[in-house]
Amino acid sequence: MTLLLASFAPPYWLSTLIKVLVISAVVPTTALILGMVFLFKIMSWMQSRLGPQEAGPRGTLQLLADGVKFLQKEDIAPNGADLWVFKVAPLVVLMSTLVLYVTLPASMHLVVADLDVGVFFVLAVASLSVIGVLMAGWSSASKYSLMGALRAAGQLIAYELPMVLAVIGVVIQAGTMSLNGIVLAQNNGSIFGWSGIGFPYILTQFLGFFIFIAAVQAELTQPPFDMPVAESEIVSGYQVEYTGFRFLIFFLAEFATAFVFAGIAAVLFLGGWAVPWLPTESDWYYVLGPIVLFAKVMIVSFIIFWVRFTYPRFREDQLQSLAWKVLIPLALVNIVVTAVLKVVL
Amino acid sequence: MTAVSDPQSVAALVAEANDNRVNLDFETEGMTLNMGPQHPATHGTLRIIARLDGEQVISAEPMCGYMHRGYEKLTEVRTYPQINALINRIDWLGSFANEVPFILAAEKLMDVEAPPRAQWIRTILFEMSRVANISLFLGDFGLQLGGMTAGFYAFRDREWVLNQIESATGGRFHPNFDRIGGLKDDLPKGWIEESHTAMDKLLAFCDEMEDLLVGNEIFQGRTRGIGVIPAEIALSYGLSGANLRASGVDWDLRRDNCPPGLVYDQADWKVWTHPDGDCFARTWVRLQETREAAKIVKQLLDTIPSGPVMAKVPRIIKVPAGEAYVATENPLGEMGYYVVSKGDLVPFRVKIRSASFNNISVLPWVARGAYVPDLISILGSLYFILGDIDR
Repeated sequence: MTLLLASFAPPYWLSTLIKVLVISAVVPTTALILGMVFLFKIMSWMQSRLGPQEAGPRGTLQLLADGVKFLQKEDIAPNGADLWVFKVAPLVVLMSTLVLYVTLPASMHLVVADLDVGVFFVLAVASLSVIGVLMAGWSSASKYSLMGALRAAGQLIAYELPMVLAVIGVVIQAGTMSLNGIVLAQNNGSIFGWSGIGFPYILTQFLGFFIFIAAVQAELTQPPFDMPVAESEIVSGYQVEYTGFRFLIFFLAEFATAFVFAGIAAVLFLGGWAVPWLPTESDWYYVLGPIVLFAKVMIVSFIIFWVRFTYPRFREDQLQSLAWKVLIPLALVNIVVTAVLKVVL
Repeated sequence: MTAVSDPQSVAALVAEANDNRVNLDFETEGMTLNMGPQHPATHGTLRIIARLDGEQVISAEPMCGYMHRGYEKLTEVRTYPQINALINRIDWLGSFANEVPFILAAEKLMDVEAPPRAQWIRTILFEMSRVANISLFLGDFGLQLGGMTAGFYAFRDREWVLNQIESATGGRFHPNFDRIGGLKDDLPKGWIEESHTAMDKLLAFCDEMEDLLVGNEIFQGRTRGIGVIPAEIALSYGLSGANLRASGVDWDLRRDNCPPGLVYDQADWKVWTHPDGDCFARTWVRLQETREAAKIVKQLLDTIPSGPVMAKVPRIIKVPAGEAYVATENPLGEMGYYVVSKGDLVPFRVKIRSASFNNISVLPWVARGAYVPDLISILGSLYFILGDIDR
């Protein structure tokens, strides 16, 4: 089986078709999994309630039922909306998520495009979704939407820089910007000559990991940084005028982005698709790689959603001062220390 | 136009005109944001017309009346026992506390006094409804600031009190248990021990809220120094209850002006105040108040006297002519009924003084210059119940 996969070398058109199909199947599936496991079940347990029980065994099909419900709804655009922009905006948000999946490696070869500058690409396209959010907010012809969109744009300035700076530490340590290269560097590394668990960068880049997760929270507009969609203030912000499948697309994009960012965090800090006890060249990773990555993604997602369910919301200006006065200086210190140690050791 | 001769005033006018001209060049259009009547933060149908400059509130005006049910007029065509069922619905989270001042006013006019056991149980249920009311506030305020979990914990632990109220009175939300001259029934068997357990749970809940919410840095950042109401402003707007005590005014009707028929002097408790007057102070005072209320209940449970729960009153209640005003310290603040009777089956006029109406009147003053998220903190911490604003 694994050998068969390893020797599988399809022509270009077929491999492209397979990649398109796999990504378009993976994105909604991951959103469903995260939504089901964390938003419904773990959130319910943390809040000492049952959560969905009726749809499917122990309510596991609740999200599918909700999705079907959204598809049945009428597609309404408000009076005065800029129709074309209004309808395209959710697709722009979803597109940025799809593009993020392109570089996420599920094993050495199970990756759509193994870019040499994968980290750079990820950080660059991650902020594309804000364009979609701005489009949605502006075209909805609603004051709440507009405020939400402007908050999202203002937030971008605050979290994007710490996120980039947090990753630089990993890049320095690995000496490569390729995501697969970073995975290999971690799993083939050793701690003072002991290679029992490889060398996951969370051991040295814990500060970077913390900053990265905080920035991911802001990117995902989740509490404590959910000002753009604050439902008790501006009534879900830019999403307020959307119904039916366009709202569903926003929902899918949010959770699929949560998954892919958890995946990137797993790749950067936890060793990605590999386990240190199996050599990275092994063909077993065609099967094991996605499973290992998925397990690590769930661990990181748990942290992300744990924070989401626990903390109250910041104010927009408090996020700015947190980012500029705390996160960015910390990230810079992290870079300096990493660079010095890299040279010295 | 009046002539301005004073050179200082002229200079001031010139400076102001210059400022206006400069501001005109940079002027951006303001925005009127209509919050409500359907808005999550107004938990009900309060409408706030906010004039915004960016996210800063220039002016905010609460518009009430979307849920006006005309209780003061309805009382004029209801007999006294019927009114008792009606006024349960004013502050629907602490229903039993609504009944007490009205019943006390009627008792005052009729010159009846409830037997000691009834007074004790009345006070216990009064404090239980305070716990039920404010414990929900603690969670709901977290919910409004984005911390969802606190809200669910509040709903979970509030059940302990509601179950006790239900098992004693038969009604979870609207007990309708108080009668002129006493209470409808005596307590059920085993109620006292169960209430002790429930109050212990609620005390644990208060500790949990202090951990989860009040001690949280983000929560403190969102509430400390936000919406500061100085003591003199609070007094001049007629604030009462925890909103007033959070501004540093040591004022509590339970201690200072307790009407006969409630036995607060039988328990050892403390009135908490906070000097800051901001949103955090209001939350903190309420947290302490919940604890004190639970302690009062626990103390009174141990000292309940035996005896009847109903005094001798005629079957058909006619209140003699006269006027009486009785106010008590309800969960939301001072709640009073001014009852005017002409000796009929129904009162001639009842004026209801409910706390939230006055508490929310300070909003235009306190919201000026705040940000939109702060407006939510302020609204949440002033803690109003819509039924208490629009009777």
